[in-house]
Amino acid sequence: MRKIVVVGNGMVGYKFCEKLMASPDRENFQVQVFGEEPSPAYDRVHLSEYFSEKGKNELLLAPRSWYEDNGIELRTSSLISEINTEKKEVVTYKGEKVSYEYLVIATGSSAFVPPIKGSEKTGVFVYRTTEDLDAIKTYAKKLQKKYKSKATVLGGGLLGLEAANAAKELGLETSVVEFAPRLMPRQLDEAGSNTLIGKIESLGIKILTNKATSKISGEEEIDALTFSDGSRHETDMLIISAGIRPRDELAKSSGLKTGERGGIFVNNKMETSAKDVYAIGEAALYNNAIYGLVAPGYNMAEVAVSQICGGDKTMAAHIDMSTQLKLIGTDVASFGDPFIENEEISAITYENKQSGIYKRINVSRDGKKLLGGILVGDASDYQNLFQIYINGMKLPENPEDLILGSRGGENTAMGSVTDLPDTAQICSCEAISKGDICKPLESGECCSMDDVVTKTKASTGCGGCKPMVTDLFNATMKSLGKEVKEVICEHFDFNRQEIFDLVKINKVQDFDEALNLFGKGHGCEKCKPVLASIFASITMETANKQVTIQDSNDKFLANIQRNGTYSIVPRIPGGEITPDKLMTIGAVAKKFDLYTKITGGQRIDLFGAELHQLPEIWKELIDAGFESGHAYGKSLRTVKSCVGSTWCRFGMHESVSFAIQIEERYRGLRSPHKLKGGVSGCIRECAEARGKDFGIIAVESGWNLYVCGNGGATPKHAILLAEGLDDETTIKYLDRFLMYYIRTAAPLMRTAPWLEKLDGGIEHLKKVVIEDSLGIAEDLEKEMQGLITNYECEWKQAIEDPEMMKRFKHFVNSDEGDDNISYVPLRDQKMPRAWT
Amino acid sequence: MQELLAQYQSVAAPEVIKWVNVGKAIDFPENGGACIKYKNKQIAVFNFTRESHWYACQNLCPHKLEMVLSRGMIGDKEGIPKVACPMHKKTFSLKDGNNLNGEDYKIAVYPVKIESENVYIGFID
Ligand code: SRM
Ligand SMILES: Cc1cc2nc3c(=O)[nH]c(=O)nc-3n(C[C@H](O)[C@H](O)[C@H](O)COP(=O)(O)OP(=O)(O)OC[C@H]3O[C@@H](n4cnc5c(N)ncnc54)[C@H](O)[C@@H]3O)c2cc1C
Ligand code: SF4
Ligand code: FES
Repeated sequence: MRKIVVVGNGMVGYKFCEKLMASPDRENFQVQVFGEEPSPAYDRVHLSEYFSEKGKNELLLAPRSWYEDNGIELRTSSLISEINTEKKEVVTYKGEKVSYEYLVIATGSSAFVPPIKGSEKTGVFVYRTTEDLDAIKTYAKKLQKKYKSKATVLGGGLLGLEAANAAKELGLETSVVEFAPRLMPRQLDEAGSNTLIGKIESLGIKILTNKATSKISGEEEIDALTFSDGSRHETDMLIISAGIRPRDELAKSSGLKTGERGGIFVNNKMETSAKDVYAIGEAALYNNAIYGLVAPGYNMAEVAVSQICGGDKTMAAHIDMSTQLKLIGTDVASFGDPFIENEEISAITYENKQSGIYKRINVSRDGKKLLGGILVGDASDYQNLFQIYINGMKLPENPEDLILGSRGGENTAMGSVTDLPDTAQICSCEAISKGDICKPLESGECCSMDDVVTKTKASTGCGGCKPMVTDLFNATMKSLGKEVKEVICEHFDFNRQEIFDLVKINKVQDFDEALNLFGKGHGCEKCKPVLASIFASITMETANKQVTIQDSNDKFLANIQRNGTYSIVPRIPGGEITPDKLMTIGAVAKKFDLYTKITGGQRIDLFGAELHQLPEIWKELIDAGFESGHAYGKSLRTVKSCVGSTWCRFGMHESVSFAIQIEERYRGLRSPHKLKGGVSGCIRECAEARGKDFGIIAVESGWNLYVCGNGGATPKHAILLAEGLDDETTIKYLDRFLMYYIRTAAPLMRTAPWLEKLDGGIEHLKKVVIEDSLGIAEDLEKEMQGLITNYECEWKQAIEDPEMMKRFKHFVNSDEGDDNISYVPLRDQKMPRAWT
Repeated sequence: MQELLAQYQSVAAPEVIKWVNVGKAIDFPENGGACIKYKNKQIAVFNFTRESHWYACQNLCPHKLEMVLSRGMIGDKEGIPKVACPMHKKTFSLKDGNNLNGEDYKIAVYPVKIESENVYIGFID
């Protein structure tokens, strides 16, 4: 047994262990790892998610038990303070000596804090570790209690923008200060930066460029920055993100060769100047550079493993620095050499100021090679362009088609994934090539997308290559003549449409029967709600009938909230409400001490009801003439409307009346995903109808009907289906459209992605709905009418039946409520205490 | 918060010191869950009718420390009976309390027995 000591348990140090464990020579080595941080290695690339949804455990690259199971001795909270390369031993901060045969230094880097006066003040942070983030979060909370909320990020690079977004998400009023004249100066040109500034400012983050910070002021706590031009910028908090410095202090003091500007010198075998000592990751100085990205670090880990095991892998001479920014709401990518300008090159650019898109590609003069480029505002072509660049693939006849799309023909300029060479690198974080993904599929070793991901780890890093891995998977399976079947889960070998038909044709009554007839096992949280939705879409049964297969919200006919309490949204069709009903809502909210808010869907949400209070509250609402708003269901939500010709001087038709008619027609209708509608009284479109699954807009000649739009995570405008319709035809088309969607969409697929997948797209849909090309129009209308006739308010049903009411007790054996719930005051109302 | 979690430790059937009657079997939904109170503990009880088996575990989800697991959906993963938290759908084995999404969370599980139509849960306190 030969002993390897690894100093640093960050992303790259971990990758070294992982690669070594996978090596056939693993048995020859004993491994001991020292990490300075208290927790085992975690995913720093997704550090920002630590603020939003992910806890520490979810960010871990592997749980502590993984190290144990693999016989690796991991010591966290253990700084190594000295290396003795003569005696081949390291010394811990406690003075304990540990000998090694091979030493791997993976100490990473630390945030660079420029020498600005005042940087020691309270309220100044860096952004590198989970501890940094904890400190930032705690401080932000403290500020908010004092009604302070200004945060500033120093540095407008990749990390700085990410930190700014995180600060904004914490509810802080955020600015970014950049020394250079543009944002992401290493990746973007001026036009690209300008487009990005527009995008980011529209997210509510202020950008200041060309500002050199000369002083940080404040008594104890920071209160402002002063710039070299004399101007002042007030702030309550500062996050410094001005670059990284390799952590070479340990190596340097131990006599290893380091670079003038920092970094542990290594050759292409990752060997340092001392025998049997390797350095990898952000601490290593390779080709005279430090690479602040994880992919080259992973590569180095692989090389070091190979070298130590007697293999011959070496680092490539050229390191690719292409990147994609993970900021939510902004697409930015840059690849290859984004800037080159000389006679040999022609740069092709496309700019659309209105929609905030800028694209640039640098193409060799002979039109044969793609050398680099920039994408801002729309980076959907990044993976394809990157593949063409990195593999030196042939360009289309008109290279501009690459960023403009080919105009005229049906084919895209990109070609297909199957054209890529086997060596094409698909996942750069894990260095996985096309061959790595396709071969195990061809040999039968892998059969599903999950298998591929588990085996290769492709797309588990930044996730940017996921669409391409999926495409490759699908294309390979197809070429093997295997049908890629989307099945619901391990219990049903069918897709939603097939189960829909099976349930309907066989008149299946309940979930157990379906499982016995067409499935196996006992079901799960994936198939149960899908079947619940199918039963409802066929028979209009309410969520009271098969309670235990309903999804979290449907089960209790209310939306579960942060603290396990529920919210209540009565239906307010078209947003129209009488003063009396408004007063009822007020009175109920007051009586039960509920937080009250106007929703984005033109109605009122009452939050903070405990499970056992729900029936009482609903009883009062129902007595006053309200009914369920189905805000909890994958079902019709609201049909939003503008005031229309009832009051508006521009209104062409009565949009409110029509919206109410439609909302009442489809209320309670369960569907693969939620459904929203809108009716606007004229093309000014105050109801935002084109942002809905169906939108109706009044024009001189009648109604224009648009379908398949949504807001949400991937906004899409609805597309015109038919023009100048009367009320009756509009409803007829809507019936057909909705029922066709309900029959055929995949689970949790809204109308827009459904249309995108529908063979023939909108033209096909028009034929089915308007011309009845499939001959099913009558069936669709009949089915819809059946559902409409069978509608019942499920809340009314529930409170009238003692058996159904049983489920609204918190305890079976006590009438008490949940004593774990607690609130904090908020602007004269209340909110749940924060999650820890 | 840690104290809240520390209250819940798995109990194996042979260790049981006290079997507590927590209600009538018919008060628990078939193939679903409900919650009971014992001293200051909240316990989720599942009547897994398809398996003809009952399970009990802490009601507290270790993810965000909310008392919600009894309101989750049950089912199986490759034969292992499980519950999915209604909040973020993390899933836990009802047999040994292990997280089935490969994360470090764990919940405490308790033995259940049915005698003359009453449900009993085994505790050691
Ligand atoms: C309450 C409300 C926010 C508000 O305070 O205004 C809200 C709250 C929630 N929305 Fe929403 N959405 C609300 C209007 C909207 C709107 C605006 C609108 O309808 O005009 C949108 C964008 C429009 C759209 O849907 O296309 C919207 C897009 C989403 C999405 C993203 C959907 C997508 O296709 O990308 C989700 C996630 C989902 O459904 O999977 C979501 C999911 C949720 C859920 C239900 C998340 C959940 O499952 O717990 C939130 C529940 C809070 C609760 O329990 O009440 N909410 N949500 C609004 C309720 C409207 C109502 O009266 O029913
Ligand atoms: C917010 C953020 C976002 C990022 N986003 C991306 C991205 O989108 N794409 C991308 O490619 N990269 C990204 N990165 C960079 C990426 O995280 C790093 O490239 C990667 O973490 C480098 O790994 P490493 O192991 O070399 O260093 P680290 O992950 O920093 O690990 C080094 C570890 O060694 C420990 N250590 C140091 N000295 C000692 C010692 N003497 N004894 C014991 N332990 C020691 C440190 O405490 C640390 O835990 C991001 C970084 C941050 C901070
Ligand atoms: S209400 Fe909607 S947008 Fe707001 S946090 Fe919840 S899901 Fe997200
Ligand atoms: S609270 Fe249970 S999964 Fe998040």
